[in-house]
Amino acid sequence: MAPIISIQRVSKKYRGGFQALKDVNLDIHEGEIFALLGPNGAGKTTLIGGICGTTNISSGKILVDGKDNVKYFRHTRSLIGLVPQEITLSAFETVWDNVNFSRGLFGKGPEPDYVEQLLKDLSLWDKKGNMLMTLSGGMKRRVMIAKALSHKPRILFLDEPSAGVDVELRRDMWQHVHKLRQSGVTIILTTHYIEEAEEMADRIGVINKGEIILVEKKQELMKKLGTKQMSIELATPLEQVPPELSNFEVKSEEGRLIYYYDPKKADTGVSKLIKTLSQIKLEYTDINTKQSSLEEIFVELVKK
Amino acid sequence: MINIQAAKTIYLFEMARMKRTLGQSVASPVLSTSLYFVVFGSAIGSRISEIGGVSYGAFIVPGLIMLSILTQSISNASFGIYFQKFTGTIYEILSAPISYIEIILGFVGAAASKSIILGLLILLTAHFFVPLEIHSPIWMLFFLFLTSITFSLFGFIIGIWADNFEKLQIIPLLIITPLTFLGGSFYSIDMLPPFWQKVSMLNPVVYLISGFRWSFYGKADVGIGISLSMISLLLVVCLYLVRRIFKTGYQIKA
Repeated sequence: MAPIISIQRVSKKYRGGFQALKDVNLDIHEGEIFALLGPNGAGKTTLIGGICGTTNISSGKILVDGKDNVKYFRHTRSLIGLVPQEITLSAFETVWDNVNFSRGLFGKGPEPDYVEQLLKDLSLWDKKGNMLMTLSGGMKRRVMIAKALSHKPRILFLDEPSAGVDVELRRDMWQHVHKLRQSGVTIILTTHYIEEAEEMADRIGVINKGEIILVEKKQELMKKLGTKQMSIELATPLEQVPPELSNFEVKSEEGRLIYYYDPKKADTGVSKLIKTLSQIKLEYTDINTKQSSLEEIFVELVKK
Repeated sequence: MINIQAAKTIYLFEMARMKRTLGQSVASPVLSTSLYFVVFGSAIGSRISEIGGVSYGAFIVPGLIMLSILTQSISNASFGIYFQKFTGTIYEILSAPISYIEIILGFVGAAASKSIILGLLILLTAHFFVPLEIHSPIWMLFFLFLTSITFSLFGFIIGIWADNFEKLQIIPLLIITPLTFLGGSFYSIDMLPPFWQKVSMLNPVVYLISGFRWSFYGKADVGIGISLSMISLLLVVCLYLVRRIFKTGYQIKA
């Protein structure tokens, strides 16, 4: 199946000479949740701007629904809803008017029942008559999402949707995003919260210094790059790692020994390590293992 | 195909802004124009003889309307688009399936509408101070319409160009207002010494006021054809600049 968005050799150089994107190639599949991760200044927002029309790309091509997003901008933009990183709202309008304004910009006439349901889904219905400047930060963030969904887009961009949002609202938002995906909407989100990508994404792309350095299904990425960590709680804390353990990648940390290993290897070293602990009579009270998180994988990737 | 719904949405949004700021948008220019009538028309005007057979109070009406139209068109259109840039809400317009034509129809259409309403209100106010006859109401409305559109477009360009509030004010205050005062709002160009008459001909506002005054009294400092050509030229220049702005993304797209 043809991708819903196809980014082909896209580069962007700003007027000051800063190269924000370098020859980026990326396909987004219809109906998926794609998380784009990257540190500040990596090019995430520039890439979204290029797709949505808020930024002019320097070279390359972007196809949305198989059509060039510059030549057929009316068609391609009509499919997209954008929630930008910054909360940007006019201060003196009501929630209801402002959401309907966004709908009108996309050429859609009034549809009060749909807008009412949208506001109810986002817990904004009781605020519909409030002026935007009187809303809290979290409520404003919800309004931004309502605006982006007001014209029923097939593709939704969420640029750092959880920035400055409390845990409860974040959970609500994730639930809403899952519901949207179930209804067939393709979702592209950029985030600093690895937890968010881990929770929601089907596929993950990592961008750094304007280059896509990795695109992978979330589970495969975790499997491929994730190391495991074994934590051994010691009966008596050690000041330093005993010399008998020097062959193992072990470090002593707050009364524990931490051992990193690759679970895919035939010889993980786990049984040898436990045998050695018995031989040197080092007593321990507990052992647990855990898969490294996406955050740890991401930090490793960006460091390279 | 033009997205009429989007143009209408922007237009109504901008008109709603005028409703919210009725005092600033309408009452203030009407009041200041009334003060001009009191000071120039009644107090000083009573000591000035007729100009070309028209009482001084009546003579300044077209100039006063033009003064308000030019400044208000620029200020309304420039503020409308500048505010979107300032607050960042312009992202919505740039990512919507609309071209610069709908954007212009919305923003410039609303700014020009406000100016036309204002011009007609000032005309109505003038009736309370001086007896008025309009030689050609159709031409008067045509000039009002064309000038409002042209200067709203010019204001829109200023709003795009400006990257701070000071720049937003600088052209209306330092260029347009002096040009309007020196463009024959309160006097006929014929009253100036020959050298200054020639200098005045370099001022484009002279042609606008002259043409507009012709529609009132059938008399003008320059021919009606020249006035129409001048305003049409300004309109074409503004349209060209707006097209360039949206093609290059100047000051609106990164």
